[in-house]
Amino acid sequence: MAKATKKKVSRYSTRKVDPAFYWMTVPAAILVAIFLYWPFLQGAFYSLTNSQGYGTWDFIGLKNFIAMFSDSRVGNAYIFTIVMAVVITIGQNFLGLFLAVLLNSKIAFKNGFRAIFFVPYTLAVLVIGYVFKYIFMVPIPEIGQALGIDWLSTSLLTNPDLAWFPIAFLSIWQGVAYSTLLYLAGLQTIDTEVYEAADIDGVNAWQKFWQITFPLIGPFFTINMVLSLKNALSMFDQVIALTGGGPDSKTETVSYLIFQNGLGNGEYAYQMANAVTFFIVLAILAFIQLKFFSGKEQI
Amino acid sequence: MTSTTKSPKAAKRYTKSEGFRKDHKINWWLTAVVAVFSLTILIPLYFTIVTALKTPAEAGTFSLPTTWEWHNFADAWNYINYPKAALNSAIITVVAVCLTLLTNTFVAYAVARNMDKRFFRFLYYFFLAMMFVPFTVIMLPIAHQMGSLHLDNQLGLMLLYTILGLGTNLFIAIGFIRSIPVSLEEAARVDGASTWRIFWTIIFPLMGPINSTIAILTVLWAWNDFLLPLITLTDQGNQTIPLAQYVFQSQFTSNYPMAFASYLMAMAPVLIVYVFAQKWVISGVMRGAVK
Repeated sequence: MAKATKKKVSRYSTRKVDPAFYWMTVPAAILVAIFLYWPFLQGAFYSLTNSQGYGTWDFIGLKNFIAMFSDSRVGNAYIFTIVMAVVITIGQNFLGLFLAVLLNSKIAFKNGFRAIFFVPYTLAVLVIGYVFKYIFMVPIPEIGQALGIDWLSTSLLTNPDLAWFPIAFLSIWQGVAYSTLLYLAGLQTIDTEVYEAADIDGVNAWQKFWQITFPLIGPFFTINMVLSLKNALSMFDQVIALTGGGPDSKTETVSYLIFQNGLGNGEYAYQMANAVTFFIVLAILAFIQLKFFSGKEQI
Repeated sequence: MTSTTKSPKAAKRYTKSEGFRKDHKINWWLTAVVAVFSLTILIPLYFTIVTALKTPAEAGTFSLPTTWEWHNFADAWNYINYPKAALNSAIITVVAVCLTLLTNTFVAYAVARNMDKRFFRFLYYFFLAMMFVPFTVIMLPIAHQMGSLHLDNQLGLMLLYTILGLGTNLFIAIGFIRSIPVSLEEAARVDGASTWRIFWTIIFPLMGPINSTIAILTVLWAWNDFLLPLITLTDQGNQTIPLAQYVFQSQFTSNYPMAFASYLMAMAPVLIVYVFAQKWVISGVMRGAVK
């Protein structure tokens, strides 16, 4: 199909389209416009007002955006979100690739292990998050006390310097399941003959991985990075389940802040300005990512 | 387009496992490493189960319970009104999956078959662009809009799952549809079948594997989702299971075993289905990744 279009002078053909195809798509496009594009534009508009989400409002120009830049709580949320996203993306992809290679090697009970490693993906983040909250609150400090490790003998969740750790842990614990599966799908597309040829040439395992396996699963690496970064940047459930943004607002993500203050505390317009800014930051990040990976593979 | 159909891949996997039986032994060291890693999954699950069966005084350790307190489940069942929340979650999930399968597929079909037209190419990007905007960005206006349209209920939630999933589902389905030969449809068209009829009688059945992928992903999303129910279900009586857990947590009791019994009951439906259909679920999710 792609070839046929290239031959023509215009990229687009002039054949007539059955009206049924319009009936199949136009209603969907209208719904998407109403439920996604319209709210987005509406939100962008309200970011220029002082609306509380109800009642009357005035136009205040860019004041919300200017106020945001001197708001340390917002600044903290951005730094926390981005640092966590980087930590989680790296951790998740490193572990996912590692586990996928292990699961693809000559081990026993392959399918059984594969099934176990995918379990976290089937669980609600919030619910398993509550389980981990209790694990971090009670048994782990007890183990820390028994072993005489200072920083582990109180709950990490109430430690302002270390509360990020349980959040990253939960995200990676849950997210690695999907990454592993994606990498496993990638590894299974590789023809084993490539390795047999490498064996004949006397290539060692390390070289085999970096010179053969990794380049061949490049597309899966790209999509994994994009998806895990996107998920980590919009992290919400983990924070609600584990810390509720505390201690001292140290673990607030941008999503959490927008929800908490935008819906609950009457900062509708202000948090909408935050959302618009977040959108711009994400667009820039997506653009960088695209530039960075575009040489390697188009999805 | 790298649309691999299922058969050559399956064949490859087959020869691979055969070759592996022939000239290699199982590596028990690696198996042990994998087993140790799998403990990171199994220990929290084990902890959830034993804690759910303990007395409050005994909770907090990894040991087995001394007395098995099965009544924790009955207590949690009544306390969070489990049947109501589970029924709510089930209805929302089932309707969302059916709506998604019955609508997103023909949108994908229409777009896939008309990519040479400017309008449909525009629609393709119009739908796909949603995949890249995190929900956070439109969370506040959506919450308001659902309220003002009187869709702050189960119906609104089902609609949102159907609409918000469209981008991803198109992404998954379009490559597959384009690998279905057009000649099949042309034969039916010569016989006088309409486009809708062709879709429902020929294309939709052929999309079976992709439909199961979409169904699995939608079930896992709708059943486990927390943020969308949180902002759309304003009436307490409409709670889904994750939402009920959230409310339960906020009116907190120090009865941890009962809380854990309720967590376990929240996870159980999907886990039980997963245990029996694990191969189907995993291959479905993998198919979505490879396309």
